[in-house]
Order: sequence, then C-alpha cells, then structure tokens
Amino acid sequence: MTLAPFKIVSKRVDDPEAVGLQGYLATGGYQALKRAVLDLTPEAIRDQVMQASLLGRGGAGFEAGRKWSMLKKSDVRYLVINGDESEPATFKDHMLVERDPHQLVEGALIAGYAIGAARIFIFLRGEFALGLERVQAAINEAYEYGAIGRNIFGSDFSIDLVLHPGAGAYICGEETALLESLEGKRGFPRIKPPYFPAVIGLYGQPTIVNNVETVSNLPWIVMNGGGEFSELGVGRSRGTRLFALSGDVIRPGNYELEMVKNTFRDLIFDPEMGGGLAPGRQVKAVIPGGVSAPWLGPDQLDVLLGQDEVAAVGSMLGSGSIIVMDDSTCMVRAAWRIAKFFARESCGQCTPCREGGSWIEKVMRRIETGSGREEDLDLLMDLCDNIVPGVSWPPQQTTICVLGPSIPSSVATAIRMFRDEFLLHIKEGGCPYE
Amino acid sequence: MARFTPDMETRALAVIELYPERRSATIPLCHLAQEQDGYLTREAMEQISELVGITPAEVLGTASFYDMLHTEPVGKYLVGVCTNIACLLKGGEELLEHAEQALGVAPGGTTDDGMFTLEEMECIAHCDKAPAVQVNYRFFGPLGDESFDSLVEELRGGALDAVVPPHGTLSRVHRTSGIAVPLAEIIEARRSGDLLEAERARAKAEAEGAGGNQL
Repeated sequence: MTLAPFKIVSKRVDDPEAVGLQGYLATGGYQALKRAVLDLTPEAIRDQVMQASLLGRGGAGFEAGRKWSMLKKSDVRYLVINGDESEPATFKDHMLVERDPHQLVEGALIAGYAIGAARIFIFLRGEFALGLERVQAAINEAYEYGAIGRNIFGSDFSIDLVLHPGAGAYICGEETALLESLEGKRGFPRIKPPYFPAVIGLYGQPTIVNNVETVSNLPWIVMNGGGEFSELGVGRSRGTRLFALSGDVIRPGNYELEMVKNTFRDLIFDPEMGGGLAPGRQVKAVIPGGVSAPWLGPDQLDVLLGQDEVAAVGSMLGSGSIIVMDDSTCMVRAAWRIAKFFARESCGQCTPCREGGSWIEKVMRRIETGSGREEDLDLLMDLCDNIVPGVSWPPQQTTICVLGPSIPSSVATAIRMFRDEFLLHIKEGGCPYE
Repeated sequence: MARFTPDMETRALAVIELYPERRSATIPLCHLAQEQDGYLTREAMEQISELVGITPAEVLGTASFYDMLHTEPVGKYLVGVCTNIACLLKGGEELLEHAEQALGVAPGGTTDDGMFTLEEMECIAHCDKAPAVQVNYRFFGPLGDESFDSLVEELRGGALDAVVPPHGTLSRVHRTSGIAVPLAEIIEARRSGDLLEAERARAKAEAEGAGGNQL
C-alpha cells in the first residue's frame, strides 16, 4: 500500500454530492477562501505557496510561487486557469473539472486574491462539454453564495470569474497560444521574449497562467499551510500529484500519490494501483509524462515518480501521465501515431515543426505500411536533428514554442530502443504485428 | 436561419459583456452559432464579426483553426473516435474501422440521412476508458464493436436525448450573472493607491487606537 497517506486534490471525486454547492460546503468547501480573504493578506498566501514548493501541474513543472513572484506590477493583471488538457494520455483535469468543480473555482479565487488579479478566466477545453456545464453551474452557485463578485464574504476583495470554452486545438495548452485564443484569434504561440505572460500577457497586461490541478491544491494549502504540504515528497517535488495511468494495465485511472514515494513499477503493478499487465505480458516501454517525453525501457521501472528523478534518466514527468505498452505493441505503429498527432497539431508558424513534423509522419507511415527503406532510419534521425539539433534532451529549441522540439522524443527513442523492430518492418515489407 | 434569433442575440450580447475586449467573445459566439444552426454559416460569421468588431475574414480565420468549429454542415451527431496512443493500445483504430463500416462513411463524412458525421479524434482525455468515443463532445467508453452499434441505435431512436443534445449545444448551463466589478473600477482603485493595502493599513491604524495622526 503505497498510495498517498491522504488525498489533497482528489478527495471528493468519488462523492457525487460534492459536485453541487451544498455537498461541497458539507465537505469543508469555501472555508479556505473565507480564511484567505478575511484573515490572510495576499502576501501571506504567496508565502505559503512558496513554502509548499508547489510545482506547476500542467507539464513544465515550474514552481507556482516563483511564477507568481515574477508578475509585473500593473493596474490590471489577469489570472487565467489553463484547463485545455490535451496532452495525449493526460486525463486528470478532466476528472477534476467534472467531479470537483467548486474546488477549482475556490482555488482560482484564492490564486486571484493572492496575485491581485482584476479578473479570472478559466479556459476549459471545448471537448469537455460536461465539465463546462459543471464548472459553469459551480460559478453560478458561487456568485449566489457570495464567493465571487463584489465584497467576497463581506471582505474588501471583489473579483469576477469567467468560464471560457476552447474550440479544439492541442496547441492552446501552450500558455501564450491559449492567451491568443482567449483574445479571439488562432492559437499561435507568441515569441518569448518579449511575450512572457507575467510581463505581457492577456490584452498586453501581466498575466499568470496556472493549471487546473495546480490551483486545485490551493484550498488545502491555505487550510493546512505550505509547510504541511511540503512535508510530503522530497527535493523540489512536494505534496501529492495525480498520475494518469493508461495503456496496457489492468486498472488504468488517476492515482493521487505522494511525490517521490513510488516508482513506475509500484504504480504499474501495485494491486491498489495499476494492478499489473494482462497475464503473460511484459512491459516493453513506458511513456512517462505525455507524448512529448522520451520513452523509458523495462529496465527503468524503478525510477521514482518525481520531477528531478525522471529528468535524471533523460525524460520528464511532464503532465504526470504514464502510458504502459506491453510486448504485444508494435513500437513503429505507436511512434507513428504520436508523430501523426504532432503533424496534425502543429500550428504551422515555424518551419522545423511544420515541415519536419509532417515529413517524419510520412516516413514513419511508409515504414509501418511496408514501403520503408533501410536508409529511412538515418533520414528520420536527420529530420529529428533538424528540429532538435543533436536530438538532445532536454531539447534545444529552434521554434517559437515547445511543440516542435517534442516531436523527436518518441520517434528518436523508438529508433534507439527498437531499431531491430524497425528493420524487421523494412525487411518483411510490413508490420509483423498484424 | 443563420443570423442569431432575438433570444440567441441576447445571449451573445451577454457573453460579450464578460470580456474586457469584445474580440475575446469570437469563439464563444461561434459555439452559440453552432448551437443554433449546427454549424457556422456565412451569415453567422458576418454577424459575429459585426458584434465583436472584426472582419468576417478574421472570424473565418479564427474559426478555421479549430477542430470543433465547422463551416460546413455536419450531422445531428458528431461521432468522434479517438485513435491516439492510449486508445490505439486498446483497439481505437479497429473501432474506427468498425465505425466506418457501421455508419457507411469515412472519417469526415456524413451519413445520407444527416444523422451522423464520423471523425477521427486526437486524445480526448478519457484514456482510462479506452477506446473512447465522443458524441457531440459527450463521453462514451470503453467501446467495442457491439457496444458501438448499440450506441448508434440508441442515438437513432432518441434514447440518449437527455445526455446528448444535437450538435453545437456545448453547454446547457448558462451563466446567470453578469460582471459584478467593472474593470474601470478596479483600475481606478489601483491608481489611487492599492486599495487593499490602503484599507488594511487604515483598519490596522483604527485597531491600534485613536492615538494615531488623522489627516
């Protein structure tokens, strides 16, 4: 039994009553916001979050307290909650927005108070129709209850919160693309510098963009203290985190685990968690942090689930999603599907990503479907090298955003780990798994 | 129909009010237009451009970037089968093939009776229920060939009307409040010194007793 000693962000997800205001209040809801606006200064909350070492849960893993401290002073600053969860195999925010929408609203309000935001926008992925309904209902209830609007809970703090639906584009999870989209434009990432959101963000004003899970931790941190939060985990990775486990395991799902307490092996095989693989199957590879991450092999399952721990073995914890592929999986097909995803979702602004992504997809397709040539492997590595010089990790960036540099991760690791399998496809003129 | 009905126009105007700049309402209004007409008509894009203060070409430019915004008619039910990595591992591609046969259309196509448009989707964040499907962005899964067929039958027969509204209706819960604190007021407060800091300082001074210097 190696689950978190207690749950922080997912404690209400199995209680259908908690979706509504009464159920949320009955489980301690809005106590933290009350304490924040009535008893604590914004600085005190910022201190708590700094103490907590709350790393952003969206994928980049930047410390939330430090991000807040970089916010430029201005008459108007904005808070935008990133709920555009689209990193393949990541489904934690999907759960949080549908099953604990008030916790998200409360967390967003605490963050808005802490940074002195003039207005809060929750940008929710358009495909989350039920999530949009649940979060809007929560916002409506929170206004009625006095948790949003003028003089919140009788304090001198006033703010509005607006739910904004996305319209389907992976790139909008990138924070500057998200801001463009929120301004009514195509989701084209902005170049940094100068467009660091904390300096020039939404409508040109300083803006903080925080992930859904990140702010969902705030009510707990306000009630229990940042010190308490950082008691869990070690190093930079503190508190708990939702790990989204999918692929070839018996029990896929979201597991809230204490940071740096469990290994990939625990998560995949513990009967309380993944429950192992189908009888007779072996782990062939694991993708540890969304499809932008390089793959890990079966010999790396004892790596601890922590940000620096996974970085140390040349990959990343990213969005906390873990995909397990067993020995019945065709690695060429898996890598091709990921390449196809990136080729489709490139916004098209930068040449290495737009051209490189679609060429990699074409070459991968011809290997999988039987028209591959042996020199295609060098060609693929050359294409990867043109996007990420040296095919290094972490990748050297040749593009405006990190979508492009994420393209080589799967293809390059698949070739490095499973070269024989690629060659077999080429030799046999097709996929040996079909 | 194509321009907003009076009711929808009222809703559109209320949405615009939520943003400091009207243009931000572009995508929400495109969703509203799809709720009314099932897809984005030329007339709707023209009206949205008038409402948010940009050109019709800019509305089209924005809309054409996004997978969920359709500038051609689609079926009453948009059936999206996910084939991204987590679903691929669980048979998503085979399910899509089955869906093509069952509905008699390739991805992107619409059945002759106008009931179904089939799409191959990228990850829809339902990976623990793989292979996953969305119908008008409502989740289903895990599905096999048989359960896919019964889903289609239920949709056809109207048995799922309460769960799956016709294409375009993204959220059936509407905002019940406007903006309570206009930005102008917040800017005014900030400019005359940080309101929160000032009020706290004043409250503190008051709490510390009458001995302080009153200006």
